[in-house]
Amino acid sequence: MNVSLFVTCLGDLFSPDVGIATVKVLEHFGCTVDFPDDQTCCGQPQYNNGYPGEARTLAERMIRVFKNSQYVVTPSGSCCAMVREHYPVLFKDDKQWENDALEFVAKTYELVEFLTKVLKADITGLALPKPMAVTYHFTCHTRGLHMNESPAINILKNLGNATFVPLDKFDQCCGFGGTFAIKYTDISAAIVKDKVTCGNATHADVMIVNDAGCAMNIGGACHRYGAQFKPQHLAQLLAAAIDNKQH
Amino acid sequence: MPTTLDNLPPSAGATGSDKVHAADLPRGMALPVFNPDFKAAAHLSSADDLLHAAHENSIVKKWYDRRNLLATDLPDGDGLRALAGNIKAHTLDHLDYYLEQFEANVIKNGGHVHFASNAEEANQLVVQIAKQTNSKLVVKSKSMVSEETELNHALIAAGIETVETDLGELIVQVANDHPSHLVYPIIHMRAKQIGEVFAKFFKVPFTDDPQVLAEMARVYLRERFNTADMGVSGVNFGVAETGSIVICTNEGNGRMCTSRMRVHVALMGMEKLIPRFQDLPVFLKLLARSAAGQPLTQYSNIITGPKRAGEFDGPEEFHVVIMDNGRSRILASDYRDTLRCIRCGACLNACPIYRKVGGHTYGSIYPGPIGALITPLFNGLEHHEHLPQATSLCGACYEACPVKINIPEMLIAMKGDLKLVGKVPWYEKWVFRMWTIGLKSKFAYVLGQKMQRFAMRHLFKSKDGWVTKLPGPAKGWTEVRDFPQPPKKSFRELWKERRQNSV
Repeated sequence: MNVSLFVTCLGDLFSPDVGIATVKVLEHFGCTVDFPDDQTCCGQPQYNNGYPGEARTLAERMIRVFKNSQYVVTPSGSCCAMVREHYPVLFKDDKQWENDALEFVAKTYELVEFLTKVLKADITGLALPKPMAVTYHFTCHTRGLHMNESPAINILKNLGNATFVPLDKFDQCCGFGGTFAIKYTDISAAIVKDKVTCGNATHADVMIVNDAGCAMNIGGACHRYGAQFKPQHLAQLLAAAIDNKQH
Repeated sequence: MPTTLDNLPPSAGATGSDKVHAADLPRGMALPVFNPDFKAAAHLSSADDLLHAAHENSIVKKWYDRRNLLATDLPDGDGLRALAGNIKAHTLDHLDYYLEQFEANVIKNGGHVHFASNAEEANQLVVQIAKQTNSKLVVKSKSMVSEETELNHALIAAGIETVETDLGELIVQVANDHPSHLVYPIIHMRAKQIGEVFAKFFKVPFTDDPQVLAEMARVYLRERFNTADMGVSGVNFGVAETGSIVICTNEGNGRMCTSRMRVHVALMGMEKLIPRFQDLPVFLKLLARSAAGQPLTQYSNIITGPKRAGEFDGPEEFHVVIMDNGRSRILASDYRDTLRCIRCGACLNACPIYRKVGGHTYGSIYPGPIGALITPLFNGLEHHEHLPQATSLCGACYEACPVKINIPEMLIAMKGDLKLVGKVPWYEKWVFRMWTIGLKSKFAYVLGQKMQRFAMRHLFKSKDGWVTKLPGPAKGWTEVRDFPQPPKKSFRELWKERRQNSV
């Protein structure tokens, strides 16, 4: 299976290790991964802030960059949701672009979604290097992928040496919301503090956060206010288990 | 003169040049605004731990009850929501037809129908009916339309005593406060505050025991029900086919206000119709589950006209006042889907912003995600610029909505409309344009990455790999949390190395 990695603009700069881990995980489950390095950004910030023209420009570029890909997989739920939910809106009734856009929409997946629905990955035999308590934050844009919390939690429950602890208000937003976090600072702060409090209450070592924006927001709050847990992407845990197996 | 059907726009499926943009919507304040400064209010409420605790114990719990109930209690909760949304969309597409059908059937059943184009007309109509029927005491069950029009003030100014009978609304009335939730008006109040309000109103010693307080209200309201001349209610659903109205309450005050009095006046937003009686179960199955995480409200009253010959119970006169107040303009706009709303409040319960700031922060009677859309639509976007922006676009409201209103998509569209009313600073537009240009070429993008990395690793104030002070418009972030420094190498640089190492 040939997969092109869509690493995302935030992931490229702020969490390259998540990108590397994603590649490792996909290769472990039998994919050949390439990285079309012309990729930049899907246009989500432009779209969310009411600049559909600018978003459309970047969307056209994305479609072109991944034109020859069989599958496009991203570790970011929000960027995947941008493509799947909003590209059809941006290109609706456009005779020139609509077909290409819908083709791109149909082949773009988020990592957990891809592992579960397409690869039907069996993680039996994978175990973390040492025992860890793990909890799960339901990143908001997973809703846009029509997924609930079950696929990710099933993986965590089946992962060796990982003890899953449920997070109180697991599906409550972390308070990032892009420009919301800098424009409505008071409200964003109250929401992220709530998330850190709930995380601390689980006494988990790791909180799974499958989106760069959320991870930066929660991580930044953890560092400022103190937390017992660290936010990590599920790809990083799986990659650690894969490395562990090979040793 | 009240509006007739002739004045409603032929808006069934209006497209293209018929469409009304948010910027064109009426400037008049159709909704009363009791708090115009969203940001100042949010600053206080987002730090209010007591408010947050009150929300935890009530609406947050109802959110999870709702989630569980819809997943376990109905064979296809999601499918039912889609059906409800489609029924509402169809009704809105043919609203003129269904309003005519509803009116004809109410009249056939012995009732009266009045059309009010705005709040003032609605109030005049109700006061007129009260005077014509010699009604001195009015009891009210919950009506959001009456909050829009501030009906109580109009009745009292005309010398007609008016008493709210929903316990929460009674407390709000007596405390001279405002409701903070569509369904639970006093979610922002603690037992102690209610005790103080009742001690003053009933002239009794203070108690904060909820049982005692409820009993005080019950005894008081019982006497009011016994002597009232007229009952004013809202309408949850109007059934066009039969001319019936449906009222759902947990307290039974809906039934008390509409059966024992000589006159019953029902206030209905014009969008509250459903086509047929057989469509009603779809909505009854969803309303209480969405609002309260319970299968049904304690009382669901279906009223089809006044007391008929030979019947014991019921009012002698039944009036429906159908309210426009800007709804017909919203129907012709890109935001017509907001008229599907059945006022369940599920989106409020779902919303991380509502949970932290509470209903009063939104400034008018419709808070939460739906309020963030319809308050600007009723009153003018330039008066409520923060409402569509104070969202993290998490989508929980869309997940919550029993009629599948795509609130996030419309919030985004409304943010775009802000430019049309001059509420976007010139530099913001410039920033987004420059940013997009920078993302159009790989060279500019990589250069931008390197500049960002350099600034964050070497220029901005930082500690242990985290930036503690960001400059300019981003400073809001570091006021309340740290920002990670980019690692030394980007993904594309690591990928290149990985490639080279494996060759």
